[in-house]
Amino acid sequence: MRRKITVALVGNPNCGKTSLFNALTGMNQKVSNFPGTTVEKKSGEMKLNSEVSLQIIDLPGTYSLYPKSADELVTYELLRNKAETNFPDVVIFIADASNLKRNLLLFTQVCDLGCPAILALNMVDVAERRGIYYNSEVLSKELGVPVIPINARKKTGLEPLKEILIHHLPKDYNTYFSLEKIDPDFLNMVSKVTDKRNPYAALQYSINAAELISEKSARIKEIFENYKFDARQFQEDEVFARYHIIDNAVKQARVHKEHSLKKSVTRKIDAVLTHRIFGILIFLSLMFLIFQAVFSWSSYPMDWVEAGFSELSRYIQTNLPEGVLNDLLVQGILAGLSGVIVFLPQIIVLFLFIAILEDVGYMARVGFIMDRIMRPFGLNGKSIVPLISGMACAVPSIMASRSIENKKERLITMLVIPLMSCSARLPVYTLLISLFIPDTAVWGPFNIHGLVLMLMYFIGFAAALVSAWIFKFFIKSTQINYFLMELPGYKMPVASNILITLYEKAGAFVFGAGKIIIAVSIVLWVLASTGPTKQMHAVADRFEAITQNMTEAEKNEAIINGLNLKKDAALLEASYAGQFGKFIEPAIRPLGFDWKIGISLLTSLAAREVFVGTMSTIYSVSGTDDNLDSIREAMLKETNVSTGKPSYSLATVFSLLLFYAFALQCMSTVAIVKKETGKTKWAVIQFIYMTVLAYGSSLVVYQIFG
Amino acid sequence: MNLSQIKFGEVATITKVKGNLLALKLFEMGVLPGEEVALENVAPFGDPIAVRVGEYKLCLRLQDAAHIEIKINE
Repeated sequence: MRRKITVALVGNPNCGKTSLFNALTGMNQKVSNFPGTTVEKKSGEMKLNSEVSLQIIDLPGTYSLYPKSADELVTYELLRNKAETNFPDVVIFIADASNLKRNLLLFTQVCDLGCPAILALNMVDVAERRGIYYNSEVLSKELGVPVIPINARKKTGLEPLKEILIHHLPKDYNTYFSLEKIDPDFLNMVSKVTDKRNPYAALQYSINAAELISEKSARIKEIFENYKFDARQFQEDEVFARYHIIDNAVKQARVHKEHSLKKSVTRKIDAVLTHRIFGILIFLSLMFLIFQAVFSWSSYPMDWVEAGFSELSRYIQTNLPEGVLNDLLVQGILAGLSGVIVFLPQIIVLFLFIAILEDVGYMARVGFIMDRIMRPFGLNGKSIVPLISGMACAVPSIMASRSIENKKERLITMLVIPLMSCSARLPVYTLLISLFIPDTAVWGPFNIHGLVLMLMYFIGFAAALVSAWIFKFFIKSTQINYFLMELPGYKMPVASNILITLYEKAGAFVFGAGKIIIAVSIVLWVLASTGPTKQMHAVADRFEAITQNMTEAEKNEAIINGLNLKKDAALLEASYAGQFGKFIEPAIRPLGFDWKIGISLLTSLAAREVFVGTMSTIYSVSGTDDNLDSIREAMLKETNVSTGKPSYSLATVFSLLLFYAFALQCMSTVAIVKKETGKTKWAVIQFIYMTVLAYGSSLVVYQIFG
Repeated sequence: MNLSQIKFGEVATITKVKGNLLALKLFEMGVLPGEEVALENVAPFGDPIAVRVGEYKLCLRLQDAAHIEIKINE
């Protein structure tokens, strides 16, 4: 049995923490929840030798243990609670050597809280290029903890780090900050109430609890009141006292060497990338490039995925005995799954770009450039990255908004992200646009199809901004509003970092969305293949009567001419799903939709991409080859029984396009918003406002053009 | 004079940081009286700005920068 050591990685944002995590754990990572909570934990396993294995937990970067944003709170919550099963045996604190003083502020807090720690001095090369040299032995003596210089991106210095973990694991914690000026009676009181492992931990917990942890906050506020304790002043004094201690240690450890100061590369790059004109042009060109990549490059792997699935369906269909299981597998589960997996290439391409831009340090600049534009809409520069990644999938993007400190801005960001056209809308748009614009139409050098598609994305973005602006007036906030963000130095991208990010995002998409899709597919398949017995029998009898007097040859010919498909369509109409479509038809008729679209609206309530699959079932298009083309033809031929005009007029198509652009047809999004906001209320509000927006704009468009 | 008024090429020393919670956050991020600051970039719409403070680059809005009082170094 191996001895297991739990290690937490802690540090400031941009200190190279995630690089070290990746270097130590490689692909052995998983994202799970802390037991009994909805707080996400990124952890990985690593075998040190035959006796010792590590469980490494990567915690979000923070500047202090007085958390100001949701992701900083995650870090604090883990470190504060010794009873927690994940409480680390040791903290590896990663400090950016080029900015040591500020990094050590958090380090001393972590130690005082009661965590044994090792200091990993990262980015020594960056510091040395700026002429900053440290003697790590002196620093170790000054701080009283092991100090190991490492380079997380180049994976150097890891051996000495492992050596310490195996043979010299620190058992005790150091203290730096003294509480001697604080009234001991008061400290006793807070210690009693909070039950922490030392007076500093108790006091710190109390200050945080009074502000943002609801537990015991009333009692603590009362104690603060009684002892006239000014938490704000205490925190300020604490920060200065810590900097005083750190200043000394850093001064002792600093080695003075002659060096020639080179002008920083980052400064030169920023002069261009954040330039008044070039900055914006470069940003827009990058967006355009990403767009192109997502829509044109991904089409090849998407075709392979589709082909693979249709091969698999055919194989199962022919090799499994006919019957319910066969139907369920092929028409239910596989059809549903292929509808999701087919987006994987697009999601990978989009996240590839985002991961590279993030890894080199460009994404922070996007926030810097865009902050002024986002501000009037109640958003800030940090909202732009989640919004951009919302074009791939809203679910990870909503999670990415955790870094926004201001609760109101974070909430607004989460509420409007699903208006960004995600990749699930793409097949719906593609099908609908092709109904009125041939794929080959060009306008000058541009493909019109592509232009309309881009317009849809623009409409989504505009709707997100306008909705954000409206929410700004309804959501109250007492929090002060500021925007402080470190602009990290540019770095060369590291392939393994990017690959691991991609693997994680793609996995989350496949397993997260996949589960829901399978469930929905099964329910849908049941609803669409069963119905009230009387009606179902009536349909069966009708077709029975048609074929009754036919010869075998006539029957075969009738089947070739689509008799079976007609029967399937009639059965669908009689099924529970069909009944539902008819039931809601009066409500959606003003939008130009009939009961068939009604069924699709119902089925795509769980996930938008199901629309295309449902349409293909309704229009009884069989086979997977040229699927889109055949659905399109069937839809174009369709005429309205009462008017005799085509069912899919331009007005209906426009109306449908807008409906899919605005409606929140994604159960995963509803689930993640509930989880991230901690309240059902916001998920409900989001669902309602988006449905109203979708219904209203479809209604207006259909009534104008119809 | 405050940090929102700093010009390119000027190097200044922070003398005071005002604002209740904002000041605390700034202290934690190493924006302290006595530290040197210099303007590095201005965003395309004139706001926010990016300054070098201590050993790193911080981006902040003009309205927040106005809470940081500075003295231009001779």
